[in-house]
Amino acid sequence: MSDVLELTAAEALERIRGRDLSAEECFEAWAAAAAGDELNAYLWRAGGASDDSTGDGNGDGDRAGVPLAVKDIFCTEGIETTAGSRILEGYRPPFTATAVQNLTEAGLRVLGKTNMDEFAMGSSNENSGYGPVLNPWDRERVPGGSSGGSAAAVAGGLAPWAIGTDTGGSIRQPAALCGIVGLKPTYGAISRYGMIAFASSLDQCGPLTRDVTDAALLLRMLLGPTPGPDPCDSTSVGIEGGVELPSREDLGGLRFGVPRELSSEAEGIEPGVSEVFERTVKLIEELGGAVEETELPHAEHGISAYYVIAPAEASANLARFDGVRYGLREDDENLTAMYERTRSAGFGAEVKRRIMLGTYALSAGYYEAYYGQAQRVRTKIVEDFGRAFERFDFVVTPTSPTVAFKLGERVDDPLAMYLSDYCTVPMSLAGIPAISIPAGLAQPASGGPELPVGFQIAGPAFTENAMLDAAYALERAIGFDAAPPTVAG
Amino acid sequence: MSVPGDRWEAVIGLEIHVQLSTRTKMFCGCELSFGDEPNVHTCPVCLGHPGTLPVANEQAIRYALMIAAALDCEVAPRSIFHRKNYFYPDLPKGYQISQYDIPLARGGRLGDVRIHRVHLEEDAAKLIHVGESGRIHGSGESLVDFNRGGTPLVEIVTEPDLRSAAEARHWAQLLRTTMRQIAVSDVNMEQGSLRVDANVSVRAPGSDELGTKAELKNMNSFRFLERGIEAELERQASLLDAGEPVVQETLHFDPRTGALTPLRSKEYAHDYRYFPEPDLVPLAPSEEMLREAREALPELPEAREARYRDELGLPAAVATQLASDGELSVYFERAVAASDGAEPKTIANWVTGELAARVREAGEEDVATSKVEPEALAALVAMVEARKVTHGAAREVLGELVASGGDPAEIVERKGLGAVSDSGELEAWVDAAIEANPEAAEQVRGGNPKAIGPIVGAAMREARGRADGGEVTKLIREKLGAQ
Amino acid sequence: MIDREQVLHVARLARLELSDPEVERMATELSTILEHVERISELDLEGVEPTSHVVALENVLRPDEPRSSWPRERVLEAAPDRSEGAFRVPSPQAHA
Ligand SMILES: [Mg+2]
Ligand SMILES: [Zn+2]
Repeated sequence: MSDVLELTAAEALERIRGRDLSAEECFEAWAAAAAGDELNAYLWRAGGASDDSTGDGNGDGDRAGVPLAVKDIFCTEGIETTAGSRILEGYRPPFTATAVQNLTEAGLRVLGKTNMDEFAMGSSNENSGYGPVLNPWDRERVPGGSSGGSAAAVAGGLAPWAIGTDTGGSIRQPAALCGIVGLKPTYGAISRYGMIAFASSLDQCGPLTRDVTDAALLLRMLLGPTPGPDPCDSTSVGIEGGVELPSREDLGGLRFGVPRELSSEAEGIEPGVSEVFERTVKLIEELGGAVEETELPHAEHGISAYYVIAPAEASANLARFDGVRYGLREDDENLTAMYERTRSAGFGAEVKRRIMLGTYALSAGYYEAYYGQAQRVRTKIVEDFGRAFERFDFVVTPTSPTVAFKLGERVDDPLAMYLSDYCTVPMSLAGIPAISIPAGLAQPASGGPELPVGFQIAGPAFTENAMLDAAYALERAIGFDAAPPTVAG
Repeated sequence: MSVPGDRWEAVIGLEIHVQLSTRTKMFCGCELSFGDEPNVHTCPVCLGHPGTLPVANEQAIRYALMIAAALDCEVAPRSIFHRKNYFYPDLPKGYQISQYDIPLARGGRLGDVRIHRVHLEEDAAKLIHVGESGRIHGSGESLVDFNRGGTPLVEIVTEPDLRSAAEARHWAQLLRTTMRQIAVSDVNMEQGSLRVDANVSVRAPGSDELGTKAELKNMNSFRFLERGIEAELERQASLLDAGEPVVQETLHFDPRTGALTPLRSKEYAHDYRYFPEPDLVPLAPSEEMLREAREALPELPEAREARYRDELGLPAAVATQLASDGELSVYFERAVAASDGAEPKTIANWVTGELAARVREAGEEDVATSKVEPEALAALVAMVEARKVTHGAAREVLGELVASGGDPAEIVERKGLGAVSDSGELEAWVDAAIEANPEAAEQVRGGNPKAIGPIVGAAMREARGRADGGEVTKLIREKLGAQ
Repeated sequence: MIDREQVLHVARLARLELSDPEVERMATELSTILEHVERISELDLEGVEPTSHVVALENVLRPDEPRSSWPRERVLEAAPDRSEGAFRVPSPQAHA
């Protein structure tokens, strides 16, 4: 039985199709594994003790698939969906997110809902209203965020694969810190309907998987039967022609740009991370790829623009949590007091901080200086990438400036925490696809056991197929096979 | 307008909200409704459940473009939606999806009032105030019904071009007629599908700067609109007369008392923090969409009025009266179509004159809904023109038609009201009249034409309305050898 | 850079009730963040078009066809306070 857990999702699917493994067995094996969650990765598990759900999140799919872990930001009909927030404790959505619908219709059963930073605001999962998630490589460290539960579940052997959401790095950064693959598709590729909004112009869901092939397979399934737009999401377009499974073995003829602003020269990048990054760049050349330095002059302002735009959108997206139609309510005879008490009791510190930041940036007299200017920086960043992609097929960077940091290390320094997204935010602002693959292990600057390092590949909008192909070739050359000590291999 | 004493000039602009009569809401598939059980037309989208997203209603865009065309506006090549942020229980998402710095259309006109802008937005839900339950201050409760929430709205803002309460009322009525004509809304003020707010200020006559304005809300009928503005103009005038300043505020009109009471601000320190709605993409009406909108427009009251004046030669007043009333103009045009020979001008005079009078006498609603078929009226007018009945007899026939409808010819026949020009019968009446008035006859023979009156009178009495006064007089003159 | 008063004003706009310590903490944290963020105000982006969206879509519209609404019981199920088929709230007219 346990060898089922050794299989990648693609392999397991092969066996199920070949009748060497029943979908039921596969599900049971993973349900049992998930039941052993010691990382606080799951908020809800199918058939778990706390399972008093009125549904199982599974449409009328044939279920002949491999189960998956779903970030708790996706609405699942009848199953408590909290987005990691106390304000939604006990909330059972009346519908299921399009992305999850597509997966369940493809036969994937929901294994559980994973823990996350509240409303996806965070890079360490310490902002969850339901306790932090532990990194399977070192339980004193964070798994990254905001999709930390999904990343830890896959890395920790508690799920074969998972989906998460990425607004400024929330799939890629935890994937990097947990030593797995994380893909953020082009903005608009996958429907956002039923995905609880953080920053609507940036949010995009994607796969967290053991390897690149699984990522491609899951991305294909997320698109649904027709890879076009979702009529319920005005901003969705799908991926023309759908997604192919990667097969490329070399990188001959491909040009890779290394933006100095986001790599070795950038401040705050740990030596260990730089070393692994340089090594990987050499590998690209060995595989026939051409690597050259390039520049993204405005990338260094990405964080600033991002921390105006995202909180501004969030301040409006979170206004609906007012204690009137659903969720938490702290009663008071005075309407305004009811609003204020409800929201103050329901939201955590980071969410309040971002709502304040966004409200301030949009408020009378500040709009132009903050929001307007941030939108112009965004334009420049889009142009920077456009220029880079005239010369290069891909831009590569370290995914995270550092390996997994210690729990509590950055909670009192919001800015330091925000800077963990330094290398992933520019791609989010440009809306382009990017993937993080494990590239090796490195010691934290502060010393200690070695931890995973992620390597980020970004391409022009809607080049997922080419990007997956390149990542696949590189993945094979890297041959990353280390496993977290906590997973009995 | 004459503000008390004519020392002040009224400056009035209107802000109109029109509920579009689409089948579904602006951003979700819930059906529009009125007067149904609360919350039976809602879904996760219009209740603002987490994760839901808006998708714009194609028909609402079409209607909005028709309104822009009808108001002769410049449609923005690319307009975007914004979020207007404030907390209120009737606003499920904590923001209203509206338009801000790039509205759908700008700069049109209707009548002689300039249109400032036209934009699309979603309506708020309905709040039913259960009210203070007596106990502690602030212990009141309200119930929220989201059936109306998300109804497509077009907001129309005029320039401050109106100069009196009456003008404002008449213009608002013209706007309603226009909206009804293009069939994009029920435009029913009582039911709230047409809501008219007024920005009112006064200034020294001839001055071209604007005084401090007050915003008037909740005038849910044209009468109230006029009354509210009237009252506010007087209030402001007397303030200024007393040398006191007018303060900018929003006033709520109470239909029961006609009083204007200051409205408490919806949002502490109005700061709507508008920003582009990231869940929707820009609206860029194609040439085709614009053409369709223009072609979908029927003849509008203004154009019709011009046609009546210039092509049918109606007097301005009559043209306006007929054109501004949709049903009446249809009635008039049917009558004109049915008439052979009779001048449209003559028919118009009968419609707005004799017929309207008879209908009023009969205490009926209006001409269009009366028992008098336009074809019947046309036939009657034709008979008068052909001198088959006298004007007086026609009046009697009209009375009969209003009372019980029917065919004028048949009524004339039955009541023996046909005009007589057969000289034999006419002569008999005239001779009898001359005989009955010998002195008068003498004087006429003696060269005093004025004396003919009593003889004509007597002859007409004999004829009981069936003879034409002109012919009778002519015949008497001949017989008495008078010139 | 952002003082107590501003924090209270913004908190009111955002309908957040902050304790005194929270207000103090918020003032310092927001100031640090804004200080970093304000580096972009030094960039000369005169005449640069703002980007509010990266998808190149226009006129995404939905046909005006009714979809069945939700059963009222289901809609009200999640409501913290309901009465007579509606959502109950403290009256906004009671207080300003
Ligand atoms: Mg409005
Ligand atoms: Zn709805």
